[in-house]
Amino acid sequence: MSQNLSPASARFRRRARYELVFVLLVVALAVITVLNVNIGSVPIPVGEIARILLRRATDSAQYSIIWKIRLPRIMMAMLLGGALSLSGFLLQTFFGNPIAGPFVLGISSGAKMVVALVMIFFLDRLGRVSSFALIVAAFFGSLMAVGFILLLSRRLKHMAVLLVAGIMIGYICNAVTDFIVTFAEDSDIVNLRGWSLGSFSGMSWENVGVAAALVLIAAALVFLLSKPIGAYQLGEAYAQSMGVNIRAFRAALIALSSVLSATVTAFAGPISFVGIAVPHLIKRALNTSKPIVVIPATFLGGAVFCMGCDLIARTAFAPTELNISTVTSVFGAPVVIAMMLKRQKGR
Amino acid sequence: MSGVNRRYFVTERLAVGYDGVPLIRDIEIEIGQGEIVTLIGPNGSGKSTILKSITRQLKTLSGRVLVAGEELQKLSYRALSTRMAVVLTERMKPELMTCRDIVATGRYPYTGRLGILSAADEAKVEEAMAAVQVAELSDRDFNATSDGQRQRVLLARAICQEPEIIILDEPTSFLDIRHKLQLLSILRSMAKEKGITVIMSLHEIDLAQKISDRVLCVKGDHISLAGRPEDIFSEAAIRALYDISAGSYDPLFGSIELPRPAGEPRTFVLSACGTGIPVYRAMQKANEPFAAGILYENDVDCRLARQLASEVVTERPFAPIGDAAFERALALMARCERILDAGVALGACNRRMGELVDRARQMPGYEKV
Repeated sequence: MSQNLSPASARFRRRARYELVFVLLVVALAVITVLNVNIGSVPIPVGEIARILLRRATDSAQYSIIWKIRLPRIMMAMLLGGALSLSGFLLQTFFGNPIAGPFVLGISSGAKMVVALVMIFFLDRLGRVSSFALIVAAFFGSLMAVGFILLLSRRLKHMAVLLVAGIMIGYICNAVTDFIVTFAEDSDIVNLRGWSLGSFSGMSWENVGVAAALVLIAAALVFLLSKPIGAYQLGEAYAQSMGVNIRAFRAALIALSSVLSATVTAFAGPISFVGIAVPHLIKRALNTSKPIVVIPATFLGGAVFCMGCDLIARTAFAPTELNISTVTSVFGAPVVIAMMLKRQKGR
Repeated sequence: MSGVNRRYFVTERLAVGYDGVPLIRDIEIEIGQGEIVTLIGPNGSGKSTILKSITRQLKTLSGRVLVAGEELQKLSYRALSTRMAVVLTERMKPELMTCRDIVATGRYPYTGRLGILSAADEAKVEEAMAAVQVAELSDRDFNATSDGQRQRVLLARAICQEPEIIILDEPTSFLDIRHKLQLLSILRSMAKEKGITVIMSLHEIDLAQKISDRVLCVKGDHISLAGRPEDIFSEAAIRALYDISAGSYDPLFGSIELPRPAGEPRTFVLSACGTGIPVYRAMQKANEPFAAGILYENDVDCRLARQLASEVVTERPFAPIGDAAFERALALMARCERILDAGVALGACNRRMGELVDRARQMPGYEKV
């Protein structure tokens, strides 16, 4: 292939590829954002969007639709999609397995269970629940599931078994959640049902603010960890010999991936396959697994993927809205299957 | 050489093992800069455990490890990484990484927060790859390389880390003979030219003997033997270390032989100066017990005959063949069903061999090989 290239020109070609991927991602992000504002039960012409927003005619219906409904939802899909993909990437690094992710390992379900409990508890007593409480609940749920998986991983050396264990944890948590939902007050159920299946609908700017703060800080920290992540990709022993403090590093990976997936679960419920499919597609596109390029690209890719899926969820069968997981599964699961087939062949 | 630290790497009463249970204790090693030290010993004897403990992958149980006078456990991981590099046995399967990417990870301790390589780092990467002859693999996917290439890439990675000491766990496993030799000669030149200390474990005792300045034999719960290869490589030591009951080991050439055919000799082999060796091997493979003679003790045939033949008639080097040897050879020939003549070179002192061959020709079982 590029066997005879000089190192310098090979490097140049790699850089060019990275740049191309980033440009495409940014263009896709812009296009999908505009489409998302444009399409809906009330179509808003592309040319009008900027004018409506600039005029700030707070009383116009179109302004309200854009500003109060569509934009927060778009921002949320962007942030949470990026967060979910990044969380998947971190878990894949941690377990050294490309099929690891917050959904398959049961981490999303763990978060969902605790959030459902907290939601019902607060709604019953106070009639409302703050997004902060939900995030804290989701974070503890995630950590609980991760902790359980880590405990199991000491005994189960085989990765496939560990994944099965994760899926089982997911089932148990889902069963508990279903149980809670079944016996919840009628008024809570409406809220809970939509959320527990995954959706970006009904987001407020307050939600966006909290999610943005958490996700962007966590993502920045992940980016700063790209050097040790790169070392860790060669295995724990090598990483340590290069000067990585393995204990601290592993703790940081788990904490960050939990914060990221917990934020997603707290606001949008569990969303399947994004965490596995996006990092995989991005690595293929970049043809590298170097964290320093993969991390930002994965975040962008996850944003584009979720915004695209949300657009479909919202509009495909309008006015009926699909669950976000329905759409992400349709696109994500085939990617995962293709990936497993490829790996099998590579052996 | 002046300024060379003779006590670069030292262990004092070191005990290693898993989960607090000592596997090997009282390990006392003292290694100077630029020395090559090899751990040998049977499978499961704890060679890897020792290597894991001195690279801090495993907690040491008691005792101390000193690297350049500083205690290993007290060094930060980062400080250690600029001194010590490793090549491990575990097989990694990194995703979408070129060989160059793998080698470049060796620059880790020297790059900034985000690990971006400077032009100087890039030059070091290229230099390291050239040193182990993997420059042409630069853009090849690491998973698409052969075992030999893989080991060299990993060695380049370690070299790139610019360590003072490299620790390798069975670096020659999975390699064919050519790549074994190549890898070990790279290590040798690194040690001797750059003064890098090398500690490794090897399965090939013959190679260990030839490359090492010092050899440590790991057996039971301690280092059973330690010293220069010429001092410790004896037939008996190797036999005891590996519990060899069948076959033998020749410490002079580091060669191993399968067990000798058992029983009373039925064949007598006449030879000199190496002509007997192919015949001995053929007899060994056919599992035919045989006798050999008359061989001077310094004859190559004699070295092998002592390992493979049931009986060997010998004579002192360069002495005329004496009556005792002559009569014994005759008696043995008379008892044998076959006498194989592999060809005997005659000279001034072994004239009586000619006589022996003549007598053999008159016997019924005589054959010229």
